[in-house]
Amino acid sequence: MAMPVAAMSRLAWRNLWRNYRRTVIMLLAIALGVWAMIFMTALMRGMVDDMVQQGIVALPGHVQVHAEAYRDDPSITHSLPAPGKAMLEVLESRQVIAWSSRIKVPAMISSEYENRGISLLGIDPEGELALGFDPDDIVAGQFLTDAGDGGVVIGRKLAERLETRLGKRVVVMSQDPGNTIADRGFRIVGIFKAELENREETIVYAGRDVVQAMLRVGNDVSEIAVLGHDYRTPEKLAADLGDAAAGFEVLSWLELDPYLSTMMKVMDGFVLVWMVVIFLALSFGLVNTLMMAIFERVREIGLMRALGMRPSAIVYEILVESLMLLALGLLLGNVLAVSTIIPLKSGIDVSVVAEGMEMMGASSMLYPVLQWPDVLLANAVVIVLGILTSLLPAWRASQYRPVEALARN
Amino acid sequence: MSAIVCTDLCKFYQQGDAVIKGLDHVSLEIEEGSFICISGPSGSGKTTLLNAIGGLDSLDSGQIAINGERVDLLGKAELADLRLHSIGFVFQAYNLIPVLSARENVEFVMQVQGVRAAERKLQSMKILQEVGLEGMEDRRPAQLSGGQQQRVAVARAIVSQPKLVLADEPTANLDSQSMEKLMAHFRELNEAHKVTFLIATHDQRVMAWADRRIYMEDGRVTRDELQ
Ligand SMILES: Nc1ncnc2c1ncn2[C@@H]1O[C@H](COP(=O)(O)OP(=O)(O)OP(=O)(O)O)[C@@H](O)[C@H]1O
Ligand SMILES: [Mg+2]
Repeated sequence: MAMPVAAMSRLAWRNLWRNYRRTVIMLLAIALGVWAMIFMTALMRGMVDDMVQQGIVALPGHVQVHAEAYRDDPSITHSLPAPGKAMLEVLESRQVIAWSSRIKVPAMISSEYENRGISLLGIDPEGELALGFDPDDIVAGQFLTDAGDGGVVIGRKLAERLETRLGKRVVVMSQDPGNTIADRGFRIVGIFKAELENREETIVYAGRDVVQAMLRVGNDVSEIAVLGHDYRTPEKLAADLGDAAAGFEVLSWLELDPYLSTMMKVMDGFVLVWMVVIFLALSFGLVNTLMMAIFERVREIGLMRALGMRPSAIVYEILVESLMLLALGLLLGNVLAVSTIIPLKSGIDVSVVAEGMEMMGASSMLYPVLQWPDVLLANAVVIVLGILTSLLPAWRASQYRPVEALARN
Repeated sequence: MSAIVCTDLCKFYQQGDAVIKGLDHVSLEIEEGSFICISGPSGSGKTTLLNAIGGLDSLDSGQIAINGERVDLLGKAELADLRLHSIGFVFQAYNLIPVLSARENVEFVMQVQGVRAAERKLQSMKILQEVGLEGMEDRRPAQLSGGQQQRVAVARAIVSQPKLVLADEPTANLDSQSMEKLMAHFRELNEAHKVTFLIATHDQRVMAWADRRIYMEDGRVTRDELQ
């Protein structure tokens, strides 16, 4: 015999609203739980997203090309030539938003009072800005004007350490490929700030052409940094560049910054755990509600069995009733979550607690990120686990013996 | 061949030290198309017998065959199907699903049987009119009197013309005029469609309609007389 779907569904719907108050309370509980699942996930995603994006700006780019040995020993000996025809084809393709070739070597910077070890970046300011350098981070002076600019831009902290300031001269010293000392005087044309204090202390920007001349490397660079469209999927870009740049090391940020990529992966697991934990809290209420509903209806269930409903039809009725409750709660919860997340798109000011978060690389604004897969996951968790937890009460209901159930008062 | 054959039915209830005999070696043969009333004092086993025949309750021993099929050997799902398609029940006390209206209650069994909506409506309206509930189709059970509820239950039991109707005190809450009308209706179904009726009752006036009267006492059949 086919399952009497229509008859059972109507009963389920009517029964759902029989104890109006209890149903509404349970609905609100489910909605709140779903809201917490989606909203908190969006916040966590926002936080990790922020860290990843900051990390990518610091790298910079989604994919980088280096000489094979550069990452072990980032000296100028391990450099690469300006990109050739095959690579340019990929770099100028539509999957690339911006790219820039840069020099990045260890160096020493000296003011008249102090000296410190730094990372000297020979950059093309236009490319650097396209890769994500924020001009608002310049707190004094200005950024370099072009690759031939003879000035340097140093971090706020470094200026403090060197006891120097905007307009003063500093000497930068490194080695050329023949291990000969190469040095040059620069005027400080700009001071930048960064979320990470460490960057302010160790990064020094200079014009790429100027650094190339100083290090006597012609057109060679240390790395080519490439920005794609979606940081979540840098693999294709990395693969294409890898094909075009045989003999060089092409890595995506996932490999370049394993800390960040691990964090992103761990987040996925964490989101699922978070959702399941919330559901577990809900499930007590759900089972309790269903058990109470069934207990109130023992005689009716006996009657239905006596009239010829199979036990499976009873299970079906209870499950449909539970599903209706879950679906309504989900609907409410989703609407609630989306309508509270969207107005917060412009960011939540968390500067009060940002002090501690800077350590992890997060900024003082938190932007919740609503990802549809997360919403889908929350819904799936509630439906799947909800049905599973309803199975026990439903099965119990179906096992009442008709006479005994009918005789119950 | 008889429609229903009960052989040596026993159903005992342990109540402390005492054993209550619900059914005590009851054997019966019921012809197809019979119109039978079962009578006896309260606690004599009438309900227990009807429930056993309808497969609602298990037996301690004995056999029940309906049209040659051993009902006592069927599984839960098969018993449910048998009740759904072949048996109309009227219970002594709790009869209606409270969240469904009178008409929906009557239609419920038909709906589960898979009868189409238009046909269901036609049948249920007709039967409700016949049992004198015209105009009350949309009321919920709580909005009906005991007698009206009982008539809805009767309507549901006979609406799809089952082979067998097991009615436990179907007239308990009815005035004598309604009772006579109902019995006449039963009789008509019985004669026109050969529906077998098994009616448990205390009421002498109901007994008067029967072809065959079975008297029970302490779980045993004490008298069994044809009219
Ligand atoms: N679940 C049960 N547990 C114990 N005893 C039971 C149970 N069900 C029925 N009995 C007993 O079995 C006997 C027969 O009960 P049954 O309900 O068949 O009587 P009845 O003839 O229908 O009575 P009435 O006219 O009052 O409806 C009674 O003594 C009753 O107390
Ligand atoms: Mg009885």
